[in-house]
Amino acid sequence: MTQLVLFNLFNGLIIGAFYALMALGLSLILNLSGVINFAHGGFLAIGGYLAYSLIPYLGYWGALLVSPFLVAFIGILVERVLIRQLYGRDPLYSLLLTFGLAFMIEDGTRFIWGAQSLPFQIPVWLSRPLSADYFFLTGYRLFMMLLVTAVVAGLFFILNYTRLGIRIRAGTLDLETVSVLGVNVRVLRNLNFGLGIYLAGLAGVLAVGMLGLQPNIGDNLIMPSFIAIIVGGLGSLPGTLAGGILIGVVSGVTTVFLPAASEAVIYVMMALVLIVRPRGLLGEEGRF
Amino acid sequence: MGERLSDVLNRTAPRLMDKRTGDVLIWILLLSAPFWLPAAGSYVELGTRVVVFALAATALNFLLGYTGVLSFGHAAYFGLGAYGTALTIKFLVASTPVGMLVGVAVGTIAAAIIGLMIVRLRGVYFAMCTIAFGQVFYFIAFQWFSLTNGDDGVSAWHRMPLDLGFTTIDILNSSNAFYYFVLAVFAACVAAMAFLLRSPFGRTLQAIRENERRARFLGIPVDAHIWMSWVISCFFVSVAGTLFALMNDFVDPRAMRWDQSGTFVIMTVLGGMRSFWGPLIGSAIYLVLQDYISSHTENWMSFIGLFFVLIVLFFPRGVLGLIGRKAVS
Repeated sequence: MTQLVLFNLFNGLIIGAFYALMALGLSLILNLSGVINFAHGGFLAIGGYLAYSLIPYLGYWGALLVSPFLVAFIGILVERVLIRQLYGRDPLYSLLLTFGLAFMIEDGTRFIWGAQSLPFQIPVWLSRPLSADYFFLTGYRLFMMLLVTAVVAGLFFILNYTRLGIRIRAGTLDLETVSVLGVNVRVLRNLNFGLGIYLAGLAGVLAVGMLGLQPNIGDNLIMPSFIAIIVGGLGSLPGTLAGGILIGVVSGVTTVFLPAASEAVIYVMMALVLIVRPRGLLGEEGRF
Repeated sequence: MGERLSDVLNRTAPRLMDKRTGDVLIWILLLSAPFWLPAAGSYVELGTRVVVFALAATALNFLLGYTGVLSFGHAAYFGLGAYGTALTIKFLVASTPVGMLVGVAVGTIAAAIIGLMIVRLRGVYFAMCTIAFGQVFYFIAFQWFSLTNGDDGVSAWHRMPLDLGFTTIDILNSSNAFYYFVLAVFAACVAAMAFLLRSPFGRTLQAIRENERRARFLGIPVDAHIWMSWVISCFFVSVAGTLFALMNDFVDPRAMRWDQSGTFVIMTVLGGMRSFWGPLIGSAIYLVLQDYISSHTENWMSFIGLFFVLIVLFFPRGVLGLIGRKAVS
């Protein structure tokens, strides 16, 4: 029993880490630009597939390093060409545009890499269980946890201690003032978009190591990421992080007792949060 | 290059858009569709589909265009209407009207409850919550295998002929009869919505759309009005859902997925979301195009996606929005 609980708890923690990575990227973009990026799951898929294609040339570690940056670069281009034009307009339009992008990306990956799912090779020594009793504790899972922790720590370091990060946070609060103070807001939003997409790409490379490659892999991760943002509180990145991990763990633990409800429980949590505290756990009052 | 399109519209639009003429023209086209659709190289079933989706999009427009509230989760209530109808006819009562009543009741009640939770939210936040709540029902339909048959959908049932007491209308075997049945439901719903929009209640909704703060200062209970508008909109979208199930004699979870919600929104935007007939025109253009594309290429998803992007970038006011604006100026 303890084993089962621990297994699902750990599973939930890992899933929660994915949700958090996705949700942090979504949240960055939403906070600064007011855009709900529906195509976020698509960028995640691109990250996974690019890594798959890069492995023969760069090996696993090279692919893990390079692929997210390539995805971020694609994201920056997309922002420049398409999304930039919609700032300041009704959020309806950016929703529809990223929605169309999600369609195109899913179909595009299917066209390039095929509709059937592909295996994704991680280094053999990583996929071994670390202990006979706790079979689920493979090196890969532990490695993912460490990496995600490091990346999230890095993100918060950037946001708190670098010029770019401080400007992003300031822009979230009052973009007009930041612009008046001489910051190039277009570049800022562009880089911020790239940063968000980088996180999606990284989540993609890590996720396919566990789930394998499918064109619609992002679909299953994007809804919980929305919920992570709502539960954590709109406008708060620590809230988003907490929300992601929380719903992952709760859904993992629910699997032990009531497997059929593991998916539904996160929606119940969202409903509870909206009834009791509509701004979310760490959200600011009156932001939306 | 000669004349630009906008100039042509500018000249012809006032006459085209004379309110009465437009209404009459649309109804003549709809009523005569079974006669001219085959001649135009199409088929009656496509006309039925256009009317069903037009009802869904018009219902969404009640909320989106006239109350100014963005929902990206209407497919849930559409799907609940469809599932309610399908399951009732399959397991409980083999009667089309009863199935429709149950479907509409299920969809509307769910919307009323969820509406209470999200009515305080605004803008992007509201949209996000509608998306997320919309997915709940998708997952339920997907996972409650014993009732809904999961991904395979509810099949092995069909719509029943309408028994009016003195006569029976065979909407099952005659696709023309079914088209007129759908059109009659559409007409009733559209008339009800037009009536509501012209009433003081409808004017209040439009006042909220134009300036929520001012409406609040005038003492209008804004949240209550938005909730009402949401429930009314979801009521009519459930009606469309019941028709959708009857049309296919089948329903599966994809009817309530988020991409379905997006389809309703794009239809509304494409036709023009500030105009009453916009969603109908958007639905017609969208479905004819989808019909054409999906019969010519396997990658129709890319084209639909591209279509979304192009509309947003180059055509955000929609067909009627373009004409209407010119007519006003």
